[in-house]
Amino acid sequence: MMLQATDLAFGYGRVKVGQGVTLSVDRGEVLCLLGPNGCGKTTLFKTLLGLLPRQGGSLELNGKDTSTFSRAQFARHIAYVPQATGTYFPFSVFDVVLMGRASRIDTFASPTMADRAITQEALAALGIGHLAARPFTDISGGEKQMTLIARALAQEPELIVMDEPTASLDFGNQARVLSRISSFAGSGMAVVISTHDPSHAFACASRVALMRAGTLVAIGKPADVLTPQSLQALYGVGVAVAYLEQAGRHVCTPTLTERTAR
Amino acid sequence: MQQQPKAQRAGPIAIGALAVLLVAIILVAILTGKYPVTPGDILAVVMAKLSGGDSGVAPTIETVIWNVRLPRVGAGILVGASLAAAGAAYQGLFRNPLVSPDILGVSAGASFGAVVGIFLSLSVLAIQGLAFAGGLAAVALVYAIGSIVRERDPILVLVLAGVAIGALLGACVSLLKVLADPYNQLPAITFWLLGSLASINRADLVSILPAVLVALVPMALLRWRMNLMTLDDEEARALGVETRWIRVVIVAAATLMTAAAVSISGIIGWIGLLVPHVARMFVGPDFSRLLPASMLIGAAYMVGVDTLARSIAAIEVPLGILTAAIGAPFFLYLLLTTRRGWQ
Repeated sequence: MMLQATDLAFGYGRVKVGQGVTLSVDRGEVLCLLGPNGCGKTTLFKTLLGLLPRQGGSLELNGKDTSTFSRAQFARHIAYVPQATGTYFPFSVFDVVLMGRASRIDTFASPTMADRAITQEALAALGIGHLAARPFTDISGGEKQMTLIARALAQEPELIVMDEPTASLDFGNQARVLSRISSFAGSGMAVVISTHDPSHAFACASRVALMRAGTLVAIGKPADVLTPQSLQALYGVGVAVAYLEQAGRHVCTPTLTERTAR
Repeated sequence: MQQQPKAQRAGPIAIGALAVLLVAIILVAILTGKYPVTPGDILAVVMAKLSGGDSGVAPTIETVIWNVRLPRVGAGILVGASLAAAGAAYQGLFRNPLVSPDILGVSAGASFGAVVGIFLSLSVLAIQGLAFAGGLAAVALVYAIGSIVRERDPILVLVLAGVAIGALLGACVSLLKVLADPYNQLPAITFWLLGSLASINRADLVSILPAVLVALVPMALLRWRMNLMTLDDEEARALGVETRWIRVVIVAAATLMTAAAVSISGIIGWIGLLVPHVARMFVGPDFSRLLPASMLIGAAYMVGVDTLARSIAAIEVPLGILTAAIGAPFFLYLLLTTRRGWQ
């Protein structure tokens, strides 16, 4: 297994957010995490990335315990695509993607021509080569998301963790991001994403984990895990799951009839 | 071929142009003053001092050039470049273009140290030493408080601690001003708090030069990492950056520089806030170009303002008044004309 978390407990400082999480993801797989707001998805991700110290259990990358990993060691294995970035200065899109090389550049060194070439490839892979010279602060939300995904690619990771990569994107950009995610898995990377739309899990995930109040309540293939019953239990609203022939996969939608409140 | 941002391609040219501008302003500064000096005199004196020979220039003029104007211009370069470099580093580190080197209390600490020295009627050297130590101590205290508070945005905690310690030290300075002798000490305190290069000598320059150079080393070495420090802390760490120790090193370097500069010049506001903005307009936000550009502009601005300070009126105008009087309208102009992104 590329990433193996066993009986993981996580939270901020002394505050416990979740526990008992056991999950794994291997190269070529997309693991999709679903759960209501505030169930601990982001905290779990930060723990998987080593940004928060784990409170219990074990976390292994390629069979190696991560407790003693440096930041750069983590970053060479796992790339993170955050929901929003905090660049307050007008760095060019090229420079933002180039930052993905940080874990492979010595602390006191600057990027080489090879780093620039990899950056260029990452931009091309995401189809945003034409944006290279634009200030990151000036581009649209969809273009920003593509830039951050390109930055993760420039990191040359084995695993990409994306926190709600489709949030705040329009319909077309959501579809574009989902198809990139599938192609990353196809090229041998492991991907972990969280989403609020179960249909996205059907669209790109090889496995789905349902999270509630800091624990995993189900994990398995989308078709096995994403049932109207399980989704209703998770979100507290009625959900219809149907196979859509034109798309060639299942889709989910709320029924909008009154159901039991959680 | 690779598409590169315009600022990136224009960077070396812009930095070269700024260097030429600095040299021109230095020349004007040395030529300006009560005693007429020609460019030939400057060259003759500098060559003579380097070779140990005779300059052939009138002794009065030689003294004016070598003992008065050159040290003063040198101090302007050092102080302006230091404040601007510290400002550029802090604006990146604190991810905020409105940050100045004072944000962690270095000026407040230096003011307190200097005012204590003046209050106790100590020697100039002791006052400078106290200012330097006060600046370092204030920032160390702020940083210690910031490190105790965990599990919150480290940047926010640092800034808030800096504001609080700065206010506390400001109160102490005000108290000492009330208690100070209004005829001897109070004017000296007021002048120190407004900044001046009037009483600079060569020894002052030699005493702060090592601190400034030492502080520049980590900034120059970490120039590319500094770009990542402008990201959200967790984002930068996820990219493999050990933000914690880089922050300590850069804060220490910027504090050392600023404390060294203000220890000989007194408090000079606005340079650290304003100059990095102007530099960013010329070369973009990449720190490897922003640092040299900021230092060149800071040095040129300081030397230019100091030349004005000693030539526009019969008395020396305190630098703090001029930097603010010129800087604030310019800043408002930026505010009104900059579209977005604080370029």
